[in-house]
Amino acid sequence: MELETKVYQKENNLRIGKLLKESLADIARSRFLSFQLAKRDIQAQYRQSYLGIIWAFVTPLATAFVWIFLNNSGTVRVTDTGIPYPVYAFSGTLLWSIITESINSPMTSTNSAKSILSKINFPKEALVVSGVYKLLFNSSIKVLLLLVFIFFFGVGFHWSLLLFPLAILGGVLFGTTLGLFITPLGMLYKDIGRLIGFGLGFLMYVTPVVYGIPKSGIMKTVMELNPFTPIILTARDLAVGMPPAHLTYFLIVIACCIPLFFIALLFYRISIPILVERMSA
Amino acid sequence: MSEVLVSVENLSKKFCKDLKTSLWYGVKDLASGLSGNRNERELRPKEFWAVKDISFELRRGECLGLIGHNGAGKSTLLKILNGLINPDAGKVTIKGRVGALIELGAGFNPILSGRENIYNNGAILGFTRKEIDQKVEEIIDFAEIREFIDMPVQNYSSGMKVRLGFAVAAQMEPDVLIIDEVLAVGDMGFVIKCFKQIDAILPKTAIVFVSHSMPMVSRICNQIILMENGISKFQGNDVAKGIDLYYERFVDNKFNLVYNDNTIELEEVNLLESQNIIDGVPQLKWLDDLKFHFRFKIKKALKAIPIFTVIIFDKEQRPVAYLNCNDESAGLKIIDSTIEFIVTHKSLQLSKGVYTVHIVAGKTSTQDYYLRINGVLFFQVIDDRDIFPPFLLTTEFQNFKN
Repeated sequence: MELETKVYQKENNLRIGKLLKESLADIARSRFLSFQLAKRDIQAQYRQSYLGIIWAFVTPLATAFVWIFLNNSGTVRVTDTGIPYPVYAFSGTLLWSIITESINSPMTSTNSAKSILSKINFPKEALVVSGVYKLLFNSSIKVLLLLVFIFFFGVGFHWSLLLFPLAILGGVLFGTTLGLFITPLGMLYKDIGRLIGFGLGFLMYVTPVVYGIPKSGIMKTVMELNPFTPIILTARDLAVGMPPAHLTYFLIVIACCIPLFFIALLFYRISIPILVERMSA
Repeated sequence: MSEVLVSVENLSKKFCKDLKTSLWYGVKDLASGLSGNRNERELRPKEFWAVKDISFELRRGECLGLIGHNGAGKSTLLKILNGLINPDAGKVTIKGRVGALIELGAGFNPILSGRENIYNNGAILGFTRKEIDQKVEEIIDFAEIREFIDMPVQNYSSGMKVRLGFAVAAQMEPDVLIIDEVLAVGDMGFVIKCFKQIDAILPKTAIVFVSHSMPMVSRICNQIILMENGISKFQGNDVAKGIDLYYERFVDNKFNLVYNDNTIELEEVNLLESQNIIDGVPQLKWLDDLKFHFRFKIKKALKAIPIFTVIIFDKEQRPVAYLNCNDESAGLKIIDSTIEFIVTHKSLQLSKGVYTVHIVAGKTSTQDYYLRINGVLFFQVIDDRDIFPPFLLTTEFQNFKN
């Protein structure tokens, strides 16, 4: 039997095709590892807690309740959204939480695996994939709650609801791609993580999360250019059965994300040895 | 001759001494990493070579011992071999499946049970679910923790965790095995078990073994590299020579007074009839007579002659021999407040190496002593046979039936 040969030297192999092939082969090879890592973290997370799963949707629920209260009490006047406001607000905060979690996921996974990264050689892509599994798990629970909202507030079932998971998948892809690009720098400097958290806090207000796009003004332009907008809007439109107005932009964003995701994955793969060297020296 | 599994050519790696600078270099390396970075790499400010110009080859069935003081670059070298970090110069070629015993129990989650963590750890080590399903019972038995296997790992003792980790890792069937210090923990039974396992896989495997425990190194290695400040100071098949050189670094020629109640005082000590003296260490040949000369000054009146015990320690600071102490028949005398005598041990059978001499002057009546000095003298036994155990005993062989 021919033995697999590995060569380590200073030059990186920069033939993108070959690198990508190796990266994908590693993903395929580490299916069990990524699944096991996700299972481990989910199990551990819920075993040491009584409220368990509830924590997954406490934050989006809380944000939604604040806005529902602000709106109902008349403190803030939100323009008509076309659907019951609680559904609008909750679907917005929920989708937003899924996207922000996706952005943070690669960095969180990599950071928590720091100690094994510097000691054991395993396919690093498994960390990213396990992050995606965890996201999908958390998201699916949130979606169940959203369904409760949709039926409770009388929006009812539309066939487009079946496409909703696809839109969520798009959001996860979008967030993970962004997160992957940020991770290498974020692993070196703690500032990056803080900046991201800070920036996302602002970004939420130029995204139609709890209120719609205004009819005119600078805010309209900013919101319409914001690539987070089509993801939130399309997903929400599909969920409540409205015609998705920003579908084209949504498809463009997703179409850009697919190649970018693979580039990000390669960037991640090349960075890991450099990061391991800096964090365990 | 069997195939070469590991080949390392002029491997070098640099590290940075300062954190902020290191992080900034990290950013630069990220950027240059994207463009391939084929340039010759020189030291930037605040950098040093952690590993410099290491080369070796290792075949199936061979075991390379990597020794050196703390910070000599051993672990860095292992990390490069394991593919965790990339070298700055040189090349590593490894054939076959690589297993690393660098950290046992990687991926354990403290909340989860031992059984669940077998799967976590196994997954990280590259097993498939099916493989673990098949081996899980064997692993539990090997670790000897069946009773506690469903208890959260956070309640395990550190020894149990290590045993479980090793039990999982022991299921690997690597072509190249990298071992770093992990065997230092755990009790005697565990260490013996580990060695049995290593002995079992050695013929099929090329092993790189890092350790500070020279008995272990001499037991399993047939090649050695002594590293110092990143460079290889000694390299070859003469394992005992490498170990000797390693110990030389730690020889501290210090006279160490442990206890003195000011009754007697050591005035002179030397080794008689030694061949020659190198760097202040007298040398003897195997089977020479060992003869010490001592002179003590008596400062307070004594009721009886003290009991003098000479203890010989080897280079690992293990006591290897007591020279039988004096009794009345020796007839030692005090003349002019001085006691001076010679202790002889005929045909010394200690093996090659440097030994340290401690002296204790005890009271006859009680267990107390007047004086205890560690390292009063060093001597070296010269012999051309490189053996690790402290004794090379003389023998006579003869036919059982004439």
